[in-house]
Amino acid sequence: MTDSIPNIADMIIEKLLANPKVPRNINADSRIVEDLAFDSLAVMNFVMEIEDTLDVSVPLDRLADIRTINDLASCLHGIKAEQA
Amino acid sequence: MTSGLFDKYASLKKSYESLVEASPRNPFGVVIERPLSATVGIIEGRETLLFGTNNYLGLSQSRHARDAAIETATSMGVGTTGSRIANGTFSLHKKLEKRLSEVFHRKHTMVFSTGYQANLGTISALVNKDDILFLDADSHASIYDGAKLSGAQVIRFRHNDPADLDKRLARTKNSPGARLVIVEGIYSMTGNIAPIKEFVDVKNRHNASLMVDEAHSFGVLGEHGRGVAELQNCENGVDFVVGTFSKSLGTVGGYCVTDHDEIDLMRLCSRPYMFTASLPPEIIAATLAALEDIQNKPELRTTLQRNSTQLHAGLKELGLTTSDFVSPVIAVTLETIPQAMAFWNALLEAGVYVNLSLPPATPDNRPLLRCSVMAAHSSEEIAKAVNVFGNVARTLGVIS
Repeated sequence: MTDSIPNIADMIIEKLLANPKVPRNINADSRIVEDLAFDSLAVMNFVMEIEDTLDVSVPLDRLADIRTINDLASCLHGIKAEQA
Repeated sequence: MTSGLFDKYASLKKSYESLVEASPRNPFGVVIERPLSATVGIIEGRETLLFGTNNYLGLSQSRHARDAAIETATSMGVGTTGSRIANGTFSLHKKLEKRLSEVFHRKHTMVFSTGYQANLGTISALVNKDDILFLDADSHASIYDGAKLSGAQVIRFRHNDPADLDKRLARTKNSPGARLVIVEGIYSMTGNIAPIKEFVDVKNRHNASLMVDEAHSFGVLGEHGRGVAELQNCENGVDFVVGTFSKSLGTVGGYCVTDHDEIDLMRLCSRPYMFTASLPPEIIAATLAALEDIQNKPELRTTLQRNSTQLHAGLKELGLTTSDFVSPVIAVTLETIPQAMAFWNALLEAGVYVNLSLPPATPDNRPLLRCSVMAAHSSEEIAKAVNVFGNVARTLGVIS
């Protein structure tokens, strides 16, 4: 798998769907807080899981502007490029 | 006119109202009408056993500290009315800083007006937007708030996991700024104890600095009560120790101790240190007296350890879920908020006060009944608390 934004978004969705509480109909445009009912702590803990898969660390301030799964994928893609 | 100021509270209001509706009393509004001793207070007109006060050594009721406060208030008045960098430094503040440096075997100490401000003031003085902070995921709110105030990049690592920190430090090896790791000695919600010695090894390998918050462990752990770093024989690897007077010392205030000579520059740029009134003289005097109590009565720590073991074993034997660490913070983890509310209310009605901690202020999204043990508790008081826990747990079907 390449680390393109769509691939990262697919990986995020796959990981999210492993949680039975997450709605089944999510897509890259789903909003993490509103559609998935994640609070700020849940978002931080979920990002920690993805960090290991991509071998990146996401500074907390970068999470502030993230609304959708696609935003998160773009953010991770950008950090991966910076840390390369 | 509030013109929408409070619109953002709509969801908080809904959650708060449903919590309060489901409870015979407001869990955030408990009033201790007055303490009768360190371990017993009047709540709702009844004598209640206090198992949620962080008063680990019982020193909030120290006669020695009380007398020192009275004498000092009589001779020096009740406040300083000013900042440490203006008119708010009395000789007593310097004396307390010198004393704390001696206690910790460090060169320097900065005293802050609260423990919360000690974290805000230390972190924001040490790092800025060009630096990176590595925080244990379960860090106290004051550490997260200090990080925010500093403007530094914040990277969380898994709770109590030196290998995870190692990975994250490695990822930032080419970053130009300074890197500061922050951990706590005892974690306030769960009572978990940090593997500080292993964190020291990791930060040394990556040439980072380490700050340890010993708020809940000072006076409690270590041969001389200096906390987890002393217990694990790794104090030399810790660059900054932060703590509070409002736990084992029984008063209020906070501190940062270090061997770094730049501390006098920190005094000139730490906003939570500069832009607030300093501690009142009677509080400083009481804190100095409580420090003497801690030094002169090592039996307080051994009694506390024995009491912690008794409560921890009692709750475990009942079949309740607690951390495996034996520390004076012992939290019972429950599954749902309604269950935790019912449990907490029943404990209080049976004469035992503990802290109710609800997500998202808890680490794994589950509610906690957080107990804090004191050296001042008698074995009979602990046995009574365990008995009440057992009765309530059986009534609610938490255990069979």
